[in-house]
Amino acid sequence: MFSFKQANKSIQLIEDFLNTLDQSCIIFREGVKNYLHKNQGNFRDNLQTISKLENKADQLKKQIEDILYTHSLMPQLRGDILRLIENLDGILNQSKESLFQFDVEVPYIPEELHNDLIQLTDISMSAVESVIPSARSYFRDPGSVKDKLHRVYLYESEADKLADSIKRKVFQQMPHIEKLSQKFHLRYFTLHIEAISDSAEKVADMLSIMAIKRTL
Amino acid sequence: MLFLVFISSGLFLGWSLGANDAANIFGSAVGSKMISFKRAAWIASIFVVLGAVLQGKGGAETLNALGTVNTLPGAFTVSLCSALVVFAMTKRSLPVSTSQAIVGAIVGWSFFSGNPPDYNVLGKIVTTWVSGPVLGMLFAAGLFMLLRNFLKRTKIHVIKLDTYIRISLVLTGAFGAYSLGANNIANVMGVFIHSAPALSIDLGFYKISGSQLLFLIGGLAISTGIFTYSQKVMAKVGNGILSLTPEAALVVVLSQALVLFLFSSQRFAELLIFLGIPPLPLVPVSSTQLVIGALIGIGLIKGYREIRISALAGVAAGWVVTPVVSALLTFFSLFIVQNVFGLQVSTSLQDHSGLLPASKASKDIIISTPALWFMFILIGIALITLFYKLQNRKLKTINTQLKNQIDDFTQAKKHGN
Repeated sequence: MFSFKQANKSIQLIEDFLNTLDQSCIIFREGVKNYLHKNQGNFRDNLQTISKLENKADQLKKQIEDILYTHSLMPQLRGDILRLIENLDGILNQSKESLFQFDVEVPYIPEELHNDLIQLTDISMSAVESVIPSARSYFRDPGSVKDKLHRVYLYESEADKLADSIKRKVFQQMPHIEKLSQKFHLRYFTLHIEAISDSAEKVADMLSIMAIKRTL
Repeated sequence: MLFLVFISSGLFLGWSLGANDAANIFGSAVGSKMISFKRAAWIASIFVVLGAVLQGKGGAETLNALGTVNTLPGAFTVSLCSALVVFAMTKRSLPVSTSQAIVGAIVGWSFFSGNPPDYNVLGKIVTTWVSGPVLGMLFAAGLFMLLRNFLKRTKIHVIKLDTYIRISLVLTGAFGAYSLGANNIANVMGVFIHSAPALSIDLGFYKISGSQLLFLIGGLAISTGIFTYSQKVMAKVGNGILSLTPEAALVVVLSQALVLFLFSSQRFAELLIFLGIPPLPLVPVSSTQLVIGALIGIGLIKGYREIRISALAGVAAGWVVTPVVSALLTFFSLFIVQNVFGLQVSTSLQDHSGLLPASKASKDIIISTPALWFMFILIGIALITLFYKLQNRKLKTINTQLKNQIDDFTQAKKHGN
């Protein structure tokens, strides 16, 4: 009933989970860059790493669920906490899926879009990376969660704008791409990367409500 | 035997007190599943009985000073009428205090018997109806601020905080139950004090007087109320008016326990006298009204919008309605008991000091040897249970380790493929 051992263990698991998510952001960034720069070997390595990280996150999530339920920890808040973990895990899954789609569909990306796509990836990943300290704050200092979330919203809106500009460029300023299917393909990948920042925003909304609930 | 029949109304009052007021102490913790009902019921029961036996004398003396109900049929009627008023008002979901009902009933008895109540004592009691909730409000506001600042500074992880809060809820719950027993036993058994059996039981290490024996029986009635009916009330309270954050719930329980303790501790009163400060009267106060006071205190810190004026109006209405209805009902019931059943409900009073009848010829029962044996058996049972539980935990750990090994092996095999 009063197990500090289990409490410490679950704290460690949550920390590991957040670290795993943080690492996946770095790998995703690297993966997109390596794909665009045609570094096949490194790209394969990135795919393997993100897959392992996703596996690890799933296991950690399961362990966190087990420990919170079997030891009846946080009866009032565990629903919220597990939903948060689930949504953060969703972001990691989404990143892994996107990177795998590069490998499966091998989209043709013209050189003039490389910088834009790298920047979009950077911004989307920054949105996710900004959610992580907010999530950590929720556990220790719920009052400061809101102060950290504004960055997520900024990155998300920047990602929206950039994705929109990429799509316009593809459909209006690139006559050398003749096939509509190719344009659709480019839009599709832009959407995938942008959607990651949308998921980060969703988690930010959730965290902001959770923090209010926790504030005395 | 006749004595037990007559105190049945007090036992009924004790039962309803246990059923309703234990929820003020453990309602939040049980309703939010921080503590299981069974654990809460055991803690509450043990400490209610301890509080009643060890510290219940002060409040009972004050009630006796207000009006010494000096016959058993009179005490039965007084207790039954207040129990009926509490029951009727609870049924209509009106805020009601057992303390106010019993005071009203004693005043009703005093007027009927022609032994006017001590207005000085009555004044003191009525003052506590206001000062109790106000004190609860001040304690809660102060403790809430302290806790909030402490948590902001220390930044304890929420999962660790959950464990700390659980421990604190159990400790404050035990203190609350002790204080509830000490303070509110006077409502349950106070009017029967004059008719308490003139005997004492020597346990070897502690001597239980006749009035303490009466309090023990009353405490057991409260415990029965806790075990048989409070689970429903706790679930309702935990998800209703007291569905607070665990931290706020802790503040409410602690403030309530502190006020109940201060209004029942003779030692604290002596300390205040020693320091030259006027002591708090030892009077039973309503735990429900203390909870409302504490909630208002938290509301004041969080912002005025949190305060529900209707709750305040309810408490104020209770201050008037409960004692008046109780006094009138008792007056008419005593008339019926005396004239229809022909039972004597009062005798004229010579001594009106309010002191407990300690001067009666007392019969001593020495049970120190059986008590010692009982203690040994209890310790033996506790040790066996502990051993059994430790073995169970050991087996559970081994099982978990084995399960983890199997999981790891399966995973490794999967990756290998």
